[in-house]
Amino acid sequence: QVEQVKLLDRFSTSNKSLTGTLYLTATHLLFIDSSQRETWILHHHIAAVEKLPLTTSGCPLVIQCKNFRIVHFVVPRERDCHDIYNSLLQLSRTAKYEELYAFSYNPKQNESEQVKGWQLIDLAEEYKRMGVPNAYWQLSDANRDYKICETYPRELYVPRTASKPIIVGSSKFRSKGRFPVLSYYHKNKEAAICRCSQPLSGFSARCLEDEHMLQAISKANPSNRYMYVMDTRPKLNAMANRAAGKGYENEDNYSNIRFQFVGIENIHVMRSSLQKLLEVSGTRGLSVNDFLSGLENSGWLRHIKAVLDAAVFLAKAIAVESASVLVHCSDGWDRTSQVCSLGALLLDSYYRTIKGFMVLIEKDWISFGHKFSDRCCQLDGDPKEISPVFTQFLESVWNLTEQFPQAFEYNEAFLLQIHEHVHSCQFGNFLGNCQKEREELKLKEKTYSLWPFLLAERKKYQNPLYNPDFSPELTLLEPNTVSFNFKFWRNMYHQFDRSMHPRQSMFNLIMNTSEQNKQLEEDIKELEAKIKQRNGQSDVVLVKEQEQTAHPAPVALKTPPCFQKEQPPMPVNDAVRTIEGSNTADNRYSELVSEFSKAEPAVVSLEYGVARMTC
Amino acid sequence: MEFAELIKTPRADNVVLHRPFHPAVEGTLCLTGHHLIFSSRRQDNAEELWLLHSNIDSIEKRFVGSLGTIVIKCKDLRIIQLDIPGMEECLNIASSIEALSTLDSVTLMYPFFYRPMFEVLEDGWSSFLLEQEFELLSSVTNEWRLSCVNKEFSVCPSYPPVVIVPKCIDDEALRKVALFRHGGRFPVLSYYHKKNGMAMMRSSQPLTGTNGRRCKEDEKLVNATLRSGRRGFVIDTRPLNVAQQARAKGGGFEQEVHYPQWRRIHKYIERFNILQESFIKLVEACNDQSHNMDRWLSKLEASNWLTHIKELLTAACLAAQCIDRESASVLVHGSEGTDSTLQVTSLAQIILDPRCRTIRGFEALIVREWLQAGHPFQQRCAQSAYSNSKQKWEAPVFLLFLECVWQIHRQFPCSFEFNEQFLILLFEHAYASQFGTFLGNNENERAKLKLPQKTMSLWSWVNRPEELSRFQNPLYEANSLVIWPSVAPQSLQLWEGVFLRWNRPSKFLEEAEEERINIIKYNKELQAKVNALRRQLAEMETDEEVREE
Repeated sequence: QVEQVKLLDRFSTSNKSLTGTLYLTATHLLFIDSSQRETWILHHHIAAVEKLPLTTSGCPLVIQCKNFRIVHFVVPRERDCHDIYNSLLQLSRTAKYEELYAFSYNPKQNESEQVKGWQLIDLAEEYKRMGVPNAYWQLSDANRDYKICETYPRELYVPRTASKPIIVGSSKFRSKGRFPVLSYYHKNKEAAICRCSQPLSGFSARCLEDEHMLQAISKANPSNRYMYVMDTRPKLNAMANRAAGKGYENEDNYSNIRFQFVGIENIHVMRSSLQKLLEVSGTRGLSVNDFLSGLENSGWLRHIKAVLDAAVFLAKAIAVESASVLVHCSDGWDRTSQVCSLGALLLDSYYRTIKGFMVLIEKDWISFGHKFSDRCCQLDGDPKEISPVFTQFLESVWNLTEQFPQAFEYNEAFLLQIHEHVHSCQFGNFLGNCQKEREELKLKEKTYSLWPFLLAERKKYQNPLYNPDFSPELTLLEPNTVSFNFKFWRNMYHQFDRSMHPRQSMFNLIMNTSEQNKQLEEDIKELEAKIKQRNGQSDVVLVKEQEQTAHPAPVALKTPPCFQKEQPPMPVNDAVRTIEGSNTADNRYSELVSEFSKAEPAVVSLEYGVARMTC
Repeated sequence: MEFAELIKTPRADNVVLHRPFHPAVEGTLCLTGHHLIFSSRRQDNAEELWLLHSNIDSIEKRFVGSLGTIVIKCKDLRIIQLDIPGMEECLNIASSIEALSTLDSVTLMYPFFYRPMFEVLEDGWSSFLLEQEFELLSSVTNEWRLSCVNKEFSVCPSYPPVVIVPKCIDDEALRKVALFRHGGRFPVLSYYHKKNGMAMMRSSQPLTGTNGRRCKEDEKLVNATLRSGRRGFVIDTRPLNVAQQARAKGGGFEQEVHYPQWRRIHKYIERFNILQESFIKLVEACNDQSHNMDRWLSKLEASNWLTHIKELLTAACLAAQCIDRESASVLVHGSEGTDSTLQVTSLAQIILDPRCRTIRGFEALIVREWLQAGHPFQQRCAQSAYSNSKQKWEAPVFLLFLECVWQIHRQFPCSFEFNEQFLILLFEHAYASQFGTFLGNNENERAKLKLPQKTMSLWSWVNRPEELSRFQNPLYEANSLVIWPSVAPQSLQLWEGVFLRWNRPSKFLEEAEEERINIIKYNKELQAKVNALRRQLAEMETDEEVREE
């Protein structure tokens, strides 16, 4: 605990600050300011801590978080600052999975709730929903013991004609043993999205089993015998891989394939792209042109567009040509996951529901071995393995929700919350790099699943504009990917910089109103029932009444008790309508005048003027 | 002149109309004196397009064999293509459109021929008189007076006949001040902040020249707005060096020596020709769908449009801040006081004054701060972003203002009574309209053209309840606070409703907007119903109580 710590406003140039007390707990860093507002930061969210040179007011400490929050403290005593710095370094770097928050987090669920929570998403059920197994596709037990591929799940769906020797042979010809398997099956078009890693083709190697495997996939599609093979890497990268004995499919060796590069950059390019983006958006007193050129130089939106373009290509191949598509990149767990999951999201409206989106993430990201632990740096590891691949996926989905405001059951808050928990290590879902590792960690016994918690807060994540009839089942969502449609995702990268947000949120207002509508509908039902009930009674009374002499009821004079109970109209909205940060001090232009008004008083300038005149 | 002389081929059949995101339609094209009319001949789904010739910014023609193609680019930024069979017809039509869309004489414009099909409930020409504004002002302060010194437009040709000035300054002094200010635009009241009695004035630059000329009456006039011992701020919309250079041409700025109670802030806002260039570049960038991301972003940056938006918003916030937070009076001017000055004073009022965020208040603001204040609409809006001819006086000064309002609207979506469509409507009508409101460059010209007698006012039409309902913001709830927008680049956005309007499918966005409105409407219905039921129930309960007694 350190007192008299200042929290600086990140974007203010006038060193405005809040003073308060800083606490370190086992899991969180907590700052309570003088007006008792609390800022909680999970240690796992801390991406970097930096101690800046000592200033007159104290020792500045800058903490960057994985959810793009940046806090800037000034600690009065250097010693304290040093202690905090060291503690944070230790606390934010975890060496063992068992030390992660998820293993100590106790949400007060009993054991059966915990088990049920983990059963909420059932992938076998999901494959059944897609329509497999069927006459062409079957469940393979080849990887039941993770013998063929350690980073794949146990249960894999492959074409019926792909025998075990073909599977084994193909897996030996694929990087990390990640042979082609089913990711999504489109039952109307009878076409499939399959995924794998790059072939170990080098300059001329071939593998008959692998060729058979691809043939089996194309034959499993009765509507189109051609299949696309999408290499999601830039051609140059794929060619370079050949020198290392890897590479891409040679169209001459595989019958009936159409090979296509789509040019999504690798994890290292993406990491530095995000780095550049954050540098630009974090600049104080940023000009519009510096922002735009920084946005351009970071390449971030270009990458998002590339990912979405690839997904559109994939979805169109299936929806328009009924062709199956095999997607891979190098290892088949980054770009492949992005493209397969986004492609399925465009094709199948189920993934645009809250539950469906959870299923999609469980399937294409978690079960197929996207290396969440490495990419999100859950444990202290190789910084070169960190990459915002999953963030890009969420951003692509956000872009789609912007273009199709009524197509998604979930809202932006849902995407942001998932992003938060991918990094929080509070739940077991995203821990580890693959299913095998998760089983070894006994996550289902020792930790909790995120999804039931999100479902319990469902109201917060619902899109009030969602229209389930927006697109009939299995009709393609066709986004416009012209460059100007891609926007900087302010609510992600400046989620915690409230001064940049709209002061009144139309979204919250609509959401609350929509929520209130439901309540009002209930109220009406209840009131009507009551009235009906009373009518039943009063019919009898009325008859009596008519027998008696009628007397006017002094309704207008008396305040009926019900009126007192009556809620003010739109109670929820009042909070929304109060205007946050409506004061000039939150904005940068304010500094112009305040600096100015500090300048010499008017009298001085008069003297100055006089002095000059006498000169 | 007869329009018929200009129309060699009044009608062509089998014309195909192409619009982005719409299927091509075949139909008949007709040319009239003021309109280009296209109607599809299909019985089941007859489609008609009426385009004002004055809305046409430029036209291109090309031929493939005998099939001619005309590409029409409009001032509202829409681009349509017409395929016209027959070389001669096509040439005739193209030359007619060219001639009709570039008529020199104002009196030949459509507003002089337009006969409204609606009943006029309220004549918009007299809806917003300065006298009414002054009456409101008189109820809170008696420090100001209405002056008719410019009755004959002789003191300042670009000012209206009546202006509001400090009470202690007589007309004789005003005449003297007018001689000391560029174009005779002496300081007048733009806005009075009731909360603290501070005033915002606007004028043009003082004519100090190189030898530092001064005008005692001018000093007295501006000082009259100051409380004793308080300071005021002069917001000069030019950078210091430009203001200094202006002295060589007889212009200048308020020198500290002569205006000791005033602090000068130079807040640079771009001049009109630079803005026009920026506008053209932006529209070019938005119209090219083939740009990759890097190219799009660098074109957006190169247009500088959003920089202008940020600068303008910052200047307006600054003016508002001086008044509201520093409790200081403000004088705003640039050189002529007809462009950037008005942008700043009108935006500052949007920020400060809740009344300006209502529909009627916003209309009044446009009348007061733009039309009556002498923004040269006819010069500025003669051409839009597609014009090939050499630009002279054209500039999107008003559009830039509207976009800034939109940016604030986006940040405070519940604080405005009008919606985005209303802003777009004003943009369209400023460039081409059946109404006379935006014709002429100032009140003097409007009076000479007898616009109130000979044309219909936009306000007469738009303020009818059935039209008004289209422009109402369902989220509006009066907000009496000063609204401070964020001007960080991350908070600003391209105005898609104007610049991408014709370049992307908007069906889903429109449907979503409709859904939003439905949710709000439904909420109001439910509220009413619940209240009615509660009342009914309460009556029943009291009935019973009475009976029990």
